[in-house]
Amino acid sequence: MVGLMISALSTVAFADGHWSTIKIGTEGAYEPWNFTDSDGNLVGAELDLARDLCARMNAECEFVQQDWDGIIPALVNGKYDVIMAGMSVTEERKKTISFSKAYMTEPARFFALNSSPLSTFSSAKNLNLDDDGDSTSGTISALNNAMKGMNVGVTVATIHEDFANKYLDSNLKVYPTQDEMNLDLAAGRIDAMLCDVGTAEAFMETAGGSDVVTFGPNVFGGLLGEGVGAGIRQGDADLKAMFDKAIADAAADGTISKISMQWFGKDLAP
Amino acid sequence: MRFELMYESFFKIVEGIPLTLQVVSISTILGIFLAVAVALMRISGNRLMSLPAYYFVYLIRGTPLLLQLYFVYYGLSQFEAIRESILWPILKEPYWCGIITLTISTGAYSSEIIRGGILSVSKNYIEASGALGLSQIKTFMLITLPITVRQALPAYGNELILMVKASSLISIVTLMEITGIARTIISKTYAPVEIFLVAGSIYLVINFIIVMFVNLAERRLGIEKAT
Repeated sequence: MVGLMISALSTVAFADGHWSTIKIGTEGAYEPWNFTDSDGNLVGAELDLARDLCARMNAECEFVQQDWDGIIPALVNGKYDVIMAGMSVTEERKKTISFSKAYMTEPARFFALNSSPLSTFSSAKNLNLDDDGDSTSGTISALNNAMKGMNVGVTVATIHEDFANKYLDSNLKVYPTQDEMNLDLAAGRIDAMLCDVGTAEAFMETAGGSDVVTFGPNVFGGLLGEGVGAGIRQGDADLKAMFDKAIADAAADGTISKISMQWFGKDLAP
Repeated sequence: MRFELMYESFFKIVEGIPLTLQVVSISTILGIFLAVAVALMRISGNRLMSLPAYYFVYLIRGTPLLLQLYFVYYGLSQFEAIRESILWPILKEPYWCGIITLTISTGAYSSEIIRGGILSVSKNYIEASGALGLSQIKTFMLITLPITVRQALPAYGNELILMVKASSLISIVTLMEITGIARTIISKTYAPVEIFLVAGSIYLVINFIIVMFVNLAERRLGIEKAT
């Protein structure tokens, strides 16, 4: 199976490894990471960061919008060269593509309406899936019990979907985008959703999301990955090296912290 | 081409067939009632009846089904009045939103097919029937309706096929029918070509069976002879 996967990866070869123009694929529906403003422009923390990184690499940045569920195949097929779309670096995805070092890290969390019994759920503050002690399994089973039989939303092909499939016995609703899941949480079609904290907080600041509250622990580690990085074809080691260096520089001189403060109101720098 | 993956996926995707068939058949049956009502309103000769029917068909045929589905599922749920109404238990469910949208769509298209069929019935038959002393209702049931069905069947078969294909849209409202399952598999295996080939073949088989039944019905009704 893995062998088949790798053979399907025979990537589009680029002649000379000279990257004067870099095409960056993003989803445009994951505020504040990357989203589309009311004028239809792609904006967000990752767009700002990408421009900064491209300037450091002396390259032209070109953005390509791509639906999330096809975002990895389109990279592999050469529609663009890099994914910057709030994508967590996970072992599962590394079977298909490689990643730069993480440029931001953020935990996942659960969200519900303030009228829901889940809003009073209490637990440990953090759930680190790399820690396999009793408190980890205890927190997971408490979460699972609280949401048993409820409708829980996740977006398709995310670390959150993986988490829900592995640890929860809830009735899973899988959405194409975060925006659609937000609407259904507000409408009461789902009892809870699991996603990154920042994107849910952006929704909570809008009128439609004013009744949304968070519950449960900060979830990270394990199958949730090592933070958000840039996805790059496995054949493009030179491009990965360029991104690793640019990200390290942007982290060191405080650029990532600055962009993060501006879009998230907190520092997500690695 | 990853044949092993296609083989594995086939058994997962077929699990979506019951939901596809369920949604299509319920919407089609409800849609026929809607279509007959709309068609009769349009040819009623009474503007209070025919104008609303005209605008209904115009509106539904003139807008994309995808937008209609978004409107019914995500749009209506925005209104607190609807969330608190007695309709909410139905509108809350993606399953019923899918059926409502497809019913309205096929109702509008089929009403035109039925209207065309009714209008194709020769005035001579109606007059002859009147001369034989048949009532209006008997004329409709015994003369107009059978001829309408015969006239409309080829076009209606086409509509059935379109319905099967249109049902793939409901995957965007979290329903795991054929396309929904296929998309989920693609998002994990990154193999769109293989998986969509499998899903497409399943639709092809379903539509092949529908075409066979429609052809059979056409032969029974002597449509080939009539033309």
